[in-house]
Amino acid sequence: MRTIQFREALREALNEEMRRDERVFLMGEEVAEYDGAYKVSQGMLAEFGDKRVIDTPIAELGFAGIGVGAAMNGLRPVIEFMTFNFSLVAIDQVINSAAKMMSMSGGQFTVPIVFRGPTASAGMLSSQHSQAFDNWYANTPGLKVIVPSNPYDAKGLLKSAIRDNDPVIFMESEQMYGDKGEVPEEEYLIEIGKADIKREGTDVTLVSFGKIIKTCYAAAEELEKEGVSCEIIDLRTIRPIDYDTVIESVKKTNRLVIVEEAWPLGSIATEVSFKVQKDAFDYLDAPILRVTSADVPLPYAPTLIDAALPNADKIVRAVNQVLYKA
Amino acid sequence: MAKPKFKKEQYLKWYEDMLLWRRFEEKAGQLYIQQKIRGFCHLYIGQEAVIAGAMSVIRDNDNMITAYRDHVQPIAKGVSPNAVMAELFAKETGCSKGKGGSMHMFSAEHKFFGGHGIVGGQIPLGAGIAFADKYNGNDNVTLCYMGDGAVRQGALHEAFNMAMLWKLPVVFIIENNNYAMGTSVERTTNVLELYKIGLSYEMPSKAVDGMNVEAVHDATEWAVNRARNGEGPSLLEVKTYRYKGHSMSDPGKYRTKEEVEAYKKLDPIEQVLSTLKANKWITAKEIEAIDDKIKDIVDESVQFAEDSPYPDASELFRDVYVQDDYPYILD
Repeated sequence: MRTIQFREALREALNEEMRRDERVFLMGEEVAEYDGAYKVSQGMLAEFGDKRVIDTPIAELGFAGIGVGAAMNGLRPVIEFMTFNFSLVAIDQVINSAAKMMSMSGGQFTVPIVFRGPTASAGMLSSQHSQAFDNWYANTPGLKVIVPSNPYDAKGLLKSAIRDNDPVIFMESEQMYGDKGEVPEEEYLIEIGKADIKREGTDVTLVSFGKIIKTCYAAAEELEKEGVSCEIIDLRTIRPIDYDTVIESVKKTNRLVIVEEAWPLGSIATEVSFKVQKDAFDYLDAPILRVTSADVPLPYAPTLIDAALPNADKIVRAVNQVLYKA
Repeated sequence: MAKPKFKKEQYLKWYEDMLLWRRFEEKAGQLYIQQKIRGFCHLYIGQEAVIAGAMSVIRDNDNMITAYRDHVQPIAKGVSPNAVMAELFAKETGCSKGKGGSMHMFSAEHKFFGGHGIVGGQIPLGAGIAFADKYNGNDNVTLCYMGDGAVRQGALHEAFNMAMLWKLPVVFIIENNNYAMGTSVERTTNVLELYKIGLSYEMPSKAVDGMNVEAVHDATEWAVNRARNGEGPSLLEVKTYRYKGHSMSDPGKYRTKEEVEAYKKLDPIEQVLSTLKANKWITAKEIEAIDDKIKDIVDESVQFAEDSPYPDASELFRDVYVQDDYPYILD
């Protein structure tokens, strides 16, 4: 099978869906003439023209709201945030308009919109450009939240997100855009809300999603050398969460470590832990552990970043702890 | 006396519509005190000409969106008073199925895009609604209303800038009733003439006497024609006044009785009635008949709302997602 970059997989999804449905358009900062801040939308202006690939001023609140209004009136916008760090000035329109419109209008106005862009840390960018708000958005009823971890999932899920009739938050990573992966030529969709077992194992379950799942792969390689078999579950969607796949795995391995790039309080790890203790309490042979970002704003210095972010060593330690080897 | 600018039928329509809206709101105020209507409740009394003067201009296909002072607009756009009153009563027959309440009236059928509760939040939405019509190549126009308080939100400036950049078919209408809740315009800005905010985006902008329905009609017609002809957005600062408090819980200590009384002398409904009377277009008997008819409509809406059931508890997990088997967290 051919391999393409993560950004190319996203671009293929956008192109295919825009060819398929005239109502779909892409709007955001630098998406058109600049070919995308991270080159996701490279070549799209040339194909679709400036009616459907639209550069905006730096005004996230305004263009997020324009997107929601356009969706209320029959279009299917894809709104790009250059990063989700900048979505905070637009969050009123995401939460108070997009997520609430259908409910408060008694079902009369729906908002088929995708807000997409990179999330979380991306190198030495310090505090304001390194935040994972995945769990913030996942907290809000009315939204769906997708955080893919490889090109194949990204393409199939973005196509589903664009076709979905509910508002979808689609979170990528600057550090994944160059990642290569196998993506078939033929069209496919991936169902929103289904986790994927990325690696089968028997001794411990690792649950993660998005870019940071790569630290789980590295940890699993290390642990395999020590004879520990890790099962890695990629949630892929964090609203709704596919709890069943997690519970089934825990019933098999009896041990769970959750790896997430958000801060610990009120994280997806917290939520999954609740659910597992409730539905699989008797299957647990050790307390559930989590590896998250440290409970501080992310600083600039590499030593501090290493100390703050999840990495393979921290995961290995957590796994050894739930195996009572530490 | 100057010859009236419009035909008798137009004045009669304005009179009946505005009087219905006022009586409806007076009734809503009474019912709020009786706790039949709950939540917040912002009445439109005094501002009727702003909507009446627009309704005589726009077409059924044109869109309207506003903030949370939104009981009158859906009725103007064609929603039955029954459905609006039922919404105020939180009943399942309400125009938002009892899920929106006073601040969130909606009607997709009548192209009323809501009642929005975050000050200024509806301004980019209004621009977006217009964006979709331009994208689709039709000639619908969107009327986007906001209060004088909303003018201070960043959302307005971002939306104005993009609406001008993309020549969107939208009319922005500031209903300047001079008070953002209890804070007067002069306490929030150096720019007291709010229409001038549009000028910084080179948006054609005008101030309008909002107590006079003819003036509102003329200004709205100018702006709507511009939008429909592809000339882009306009801004109207409609100078109006609300006789009642910001909401039902507002004792109005920030303004004098004399100020309120002075505005009541400019009452928009009285102005239309005096034109009708001066031209002998209406008799005392006809006025009485209109009063009776309106009283019946309002009474019927209350009866309808009273008789309607609350939404069943099973409605809780409906209308949140289009996906009908969304797996809600239930534990």
